[in-house]
Amino acid sequence: MDLVATILVDGLIYAGWLFIVSVGLTLVFGVLNILNIAHGSLYAIGAYASASLVGAYFAAGGDAFPYGSYIAMILAAVLVAVVLGPLLERGLLRYFYGRDEVLNVLVTYAVFLILEDVMKLIWGVNPYFVYEPYTLLGTVEMGSLFYVGYDFAVIAAAIIVGLAVWLTLNRTQTGKVVLAVIHDAEISQTMGVNVKRIYLGAFMAGAFLAALGGALTAPMISVTPGLGVNVVIVAFAVVIIGGLGSVPGAAIGALMVGISRAASVHLLPEAELFIIYFVMAIVLVFRPEGLFAKTQARKI
Amino acid sequence: MMTRKTRIAGALSALALTAGLVTPAAAQDDTFKIGVITFLSGQAAESFGVPAWNGGKLLVDMLNEGGKLPAPYDTMGFGGMKIEVVVVDEAGGATKQVQEFRNLVQREEVDAVVGYVSSGDCLAIPPVADELKAFTILYDCGTPRVFEDNSFEYVFRTAAHATMDNVSLARYLKSRDFDVPSFAGLNQDYAWGQDSWADFKGAMSQLYPDAEEKTALFPKFGAGQYGTEISALLREKPALVHSSNWGGDLQGFLIQATARGLHKRSQLVLAAGDHVIPQLGNKMPDGIFLGARGVNGLAANARGGELKELTDTMWTAYEAEFDTFPVQAPFRMWQAIFGLKTAVEKAMADNGGTKPTDEQLAAAMKGLAWDAPSGRIEMALAGGHQAIQPNAIGTTKWNTETGKMELVDVEYYNARCVNPPEGMKSADWLAQGFPGAQCD
Repeated sequence: MDLVATILVDGLIYAGWLFIVSVGLTLVFGVLNILNIAHGSLYAIGAYASASLVGAYFAAGGDAFPYGSYIAMILAAVLVAVVLGPLLERGLLRYFYGRDEVLNVLVTYAVFLILEDVMKLIWGVNPYFVYEPYTLLGTVEMGSLFYVGYDFAVIAAAIIVGLAVWLTLNRTQTGKVVLAVIHDAEISQTMGVNVKRIYLGAFMAGAFLAALGGALTAPMISVTPGLGVNVVIVAFAVVIIGGLGSVPGAAIGALMVGISRAASVHLLPEAELFIIYFVMAIVLVFRPEGLFAKTQARKI
Repeated sequence: MMTRKTRIAGALSALALTAGLVTPAAAQDDTFKIGVITFLSGQAAESFGVPAWNGGKLLVDMLNEGGKLPAPYDTMGFGGMKIEVVVVDEAGGATKQVQEFRNLVQREEVDAVVGYVSSGDCLAIPPVADELKAFTILYDCGTPRVFEDNSFEYVFRTAAHATMDNVSLARYLKSRDFDVPSFAGLNQDYAWGQDSWADFKGAMSQLYPDAEEKTALFPKFGAGQYGTEISALLREKPALVHSSNWGGDLQGFLIQATARGLHKRSQLVLAAGDHVIPQLGNKMPDGIFLGARGVNGLAANARGGELKELTDTMWTAYEAEFDTFPVQAPFRMWQAIFGLKTAVEKAMADNGGTKPTDEQLAAAMKGLAWDAPSGRIEMALAGGHQAIQPNAIGTTKWNTETGKMELVDVEYYNARCVNPPEGMKSADWLAQGFPGAQCD
């Protein structure tokens, strides 16, 4: 297989996964104006929940219809969003709306640390495995290389997620209300918008997307403590490149990171880590707000 | 002003305090207190820390009961003293561990410290141990730098350093006439992965001077996703792929690599891969060349010989207690505790049977040799402070009848065949073509 094509395919697979994780982060920032470090924990909890539910599915005789495990994975993400979304947003974050962004970063970092220990209390330190969904879709031969069909399913999932988020925001009444809240929450409230409900819904959607990223990753890894740390760092790089709060920005950021990382692994493996942050730095030099964020007037 | 009542209360408190102080002091001569430090949380807990602590706890209980193990370990405790253990979590980084070490020595007043999986901790603790004159055993970490760059009076490492693992892999390839026109590597991007790759390359350059070195990949620790790296390895088609990955990183790599058929295109060789077998089961493919950082785990179980009774006793007890077989980490903990028992009893024989001081323990440990389930351990390097031990490499094979993974075609290597001689740094030993190696 041609090197350029290999880089593109590898980059797309990585970008697809990265986009699912990053779009939730950027959505929460866009609506709530909170940089949610605990997004990494929600990703990890999604992975654990997915491993547990898929494991339970097969233990309950799921071998008869193994494709049902994919539904179990999505249910796991829904479960995380429904349980933790309201708990975190209504129980904690709402008290910090309008406060300094740095304070919000510290609060969500504290949540991240707490959730890391909660995961150990619930799932222990031993790894969880659910390989079955990873190999169910077989392999795809591309030139001299074999890819796992599941990787392409993740790309498809990323496209579906991206379209769903974009269409919801831009083509539905609810989406227009959310955009109004993003634009100005105070004026939206005076116009009769239930801002609290929008905040809660946006946070739950963000939590669902983080957990979905973890749930989709669970079959290809061993789910162990500390899973969310690396993910949230790369996701931050993606949303900073694309512009905080921008859904198309998250897509472009994920593609830039995915493809540049793939190129580096194939051509200059020593620079694999460097290249992600180099791309981010270059973007910020020319577009300090990120590629798609709107320039805002600075308060003096 | 003190009333009569408060004076009496004060006197009673002082008495109680004195009694309290005297009682443990009297008890201390009957007990030997060990501070054990290993990962109980974090990424190294599941692979190394928890199995090591499980194994250590099991052995201490067996020793305290007495008569549970074959001679010379059939006597109770350490020289008749009951063993008491304080366990500390190694998670948190070197700065925290230095503080924990001081607590163990100065507040808990342990008689010996046995600990450290992380090479970073193993480099940070020895200067403090010497400063406090506290007898310390490093039981697990792999970096050769601990004693190759420094010397310490009170610090000993009872496991061989990591050079042995990669030299053994290269020797295994050679002894099986494996054709290696080219090789590549995928190792974690920190000291362990970088050093392992350097050692493997060094050994290969001596045993396979014509082999072409292809890509060397260093994904970051905890990366999880290896799709791009696997594509790079599939494209380059090296004859073999070396990895010293461990824990979740190794499991993730194997799941993704085998799904894409990397193991069919290139021979996978894993420097320390045995510990993922219980988790992966038959998802670990057949035909992988694999080491366990010593004659540990399945390689020890398959060995037989003079140490069979000792190995079988520990193996059976571990399986019964924890419902899984012991991998490399408990073996390293066992060799540390057996070494400590041997040193304590030697020191007691020399000092008339009293509990040894740190100085007496250090003198007894220097150059000591003892048997463990992993083989004969000899404190042969770094002036008697660094152990060498035999090693083994085998090939994975799933036994469909028993439903268990086995190691077949196991080759055992003499400690002096795969470890550098006294006074020579590992890198120099590799660069000079293993001078002094005794392989027959």
